Amino acid sequence: MCLQITQPGFLATVQDGGRFGYQRFGIPVAGAMDTFAMRVANRLVGNADDAAVLEIGIQAPVLVALQDCLIAVTGSGFDLFIRGEPAPLWTALVVRSGWEIAFHRQPFGCWIYLALAGGIAVEPVLGSRSTYLRGGFGGFEGRTLQAGDVLYSLHPSSLALTLAGRRLPEHKRPAYSVTPLIEVVLGPQQEYFDAQGITTFLSSEYLVSAASDRMGYRLQGAAVAHSRGADIVTDGLVAGAVQVPSSGQPIIMMRECPTSGGYAKIAVVVSADLPLLAQCVPGGDARIRFTPTSVEAAQARYRQMLQCLGAIENAEDEDAGIYAF
Amino acid sequence: MAEGQFPFFKPVGDSAIVVVFGEQIELALNRRVHAFDREVQRRQLPGVIETVPAYCSLLVHYNLLETDYTTLLTQLQHLLALCDDAKELPSRLVEIPVIYGGERGADLPFVAQHNHLSVEEVIALHSGAEYTVFMMGFTPGFPYLGGMNPAIATPRLETPRIHVPAGSVGIAGSQTGVYPVDSPGGWRLIGYTPLKLFDPTLNPPCLLTPGDRVRFVPVVTEDV
Repeated sequence: MCLQITQPGFLATVQDGGRFGYQRFGIPVAGAMDTFAMRVANRLVGNADDAAVLEIGIQAPVLVALQDCLIAVTGSGFDLFIRGEPAPLWTALVVRSGWEIAFHRQPFGCWIYLALAGGIAVEPVLGSRSTYLRGGFGGFEGRTLQAGDVLYSLHPSSLALTLAGRRLPEHKRPAYSVTPLIEVVLGPQQEYFDAQGITTFLSSEYLVSAASDRMGYRLQGAAVAHSRGADIVTDGLVAGAVQVPSSGQPIIMMRECPTSGGYAKIAVVVSADLPLLAQCVPGGDARIRFTPTSVEAAQARYRQMLQCLGAIENAEDEDAGIYAF
Repeated sequence: MAEGQFPFFKPVGDSAIVVVFGEQIELALNRRVHAFDREVQRRQLPGVIETVPAYCSLLVHYNLLETDYTTLLTQLQHLLALCDDAKELPSRLVEIPVIYGGERGADLPFVAQHNHLSVEEVIALHSGAEYTVFMMGFTPGFPYLGGMNPAIATPRLETPRIHVPAGSVGIAGSQTGVYPVDSPGGWRLIGYTPLKLFDPTLNPPCLLTPGDRVRFVPVVTEDV
């Protein structure tokens, strides 16, 4: 199976579950911004959860199938069109050789994932097929995809086409929202903020600034006051960490964040809600609020979210025929 | 666990735990971080993805589908109690050849002038010390080195250079370091090394690893 890019998008890259094991050397994890959508796209086409997919952001490319392909598109921010006809997201679809795959921008949402049965074949770098854009390595030659690039399937199987029609039922999809309530675990440096600062953070609405990217989302809203300065002795970072520099405007670390940082972290976004945050378009009108939770509750919620997903593997849709084109 | 009593453990979201040994940049403290890091790596605790040593803390990343906070916390606390961090750890000594001055070390005269030293004295002080890789970060392969002689400390450039080539050796305040990849930067450049500090096609991808000792060796040509 293979697809060719005929018109480049703006931020179309190959991503997988991330590059782990090298953060001690200062090498960021990278990987999909919305890991939940990536997982679902992969499961729909019969791939391992963290197989390499095409991540599309900001402005979508146009692709053409060079062979019969099984694909699934998940996430938020774009409508899918195959041969000019609207096609469903969160569904395994057959795209015949020569058919065009295009996308139309929606006002809300930011990232969609196109999984190809077998996974996208690019050479792994340090154990991962994720593109690290700033480092210029991994994924497809370490860069965004351009017109003419061809994406091949790693383990193509003609049997994969029989999976067409599988879909994730609507009630199991993430509750993407323009006014998301994002759960956070407070700390690890909440003592750098007084009660007022923490209250401000948990009771205000924030916008995602246009100056945001795959490394970090800069928030705009009420300034969070520190009680003992913004600077800490540099320590390790995780995706979801909410750093507060002296300006008081929080910056949330995203998938391509540096491995360490020197600003106090008031809280960390939980795994279950990081996809919801990622889908708030930089410079868009999503209004984000934060609410505290415990580590135990956050872990239980994420496990349940993934367990719930298990069902799609066998849930053949009765309407499968209509999506097989 | 009361804050301020070191070492302490804290959750960092739902997928990491940080072990904090103190709040200073100090060799003895950093050694404890590396001693505990080695112990955690050696034990291969279930669910642990990787560990990231910093100046005075260790971040433990874990997969919440394979372990949970309470289980891992208990295991780490147990390991810490067993960890003999007074023991001197064997560490590698890595020699980095440096061609001081010239076009790629254009700030060397300024560093000398700023500290009322001759260029030769700056080179002698910079290459005469033994440094420790306290941690890595900022860009892939970038070592945060401790141990520079304060007599050659120099403030950063007021306007950072747009392009600093990989291999450049610089001073910023009381720190020294080597740029592993081409990047913008405000460090005062005093020379360069022909060694590659970062190459993603190699494994390990970096010349240095946290905890290593480093010496800079003055050379005159690239034939090393």
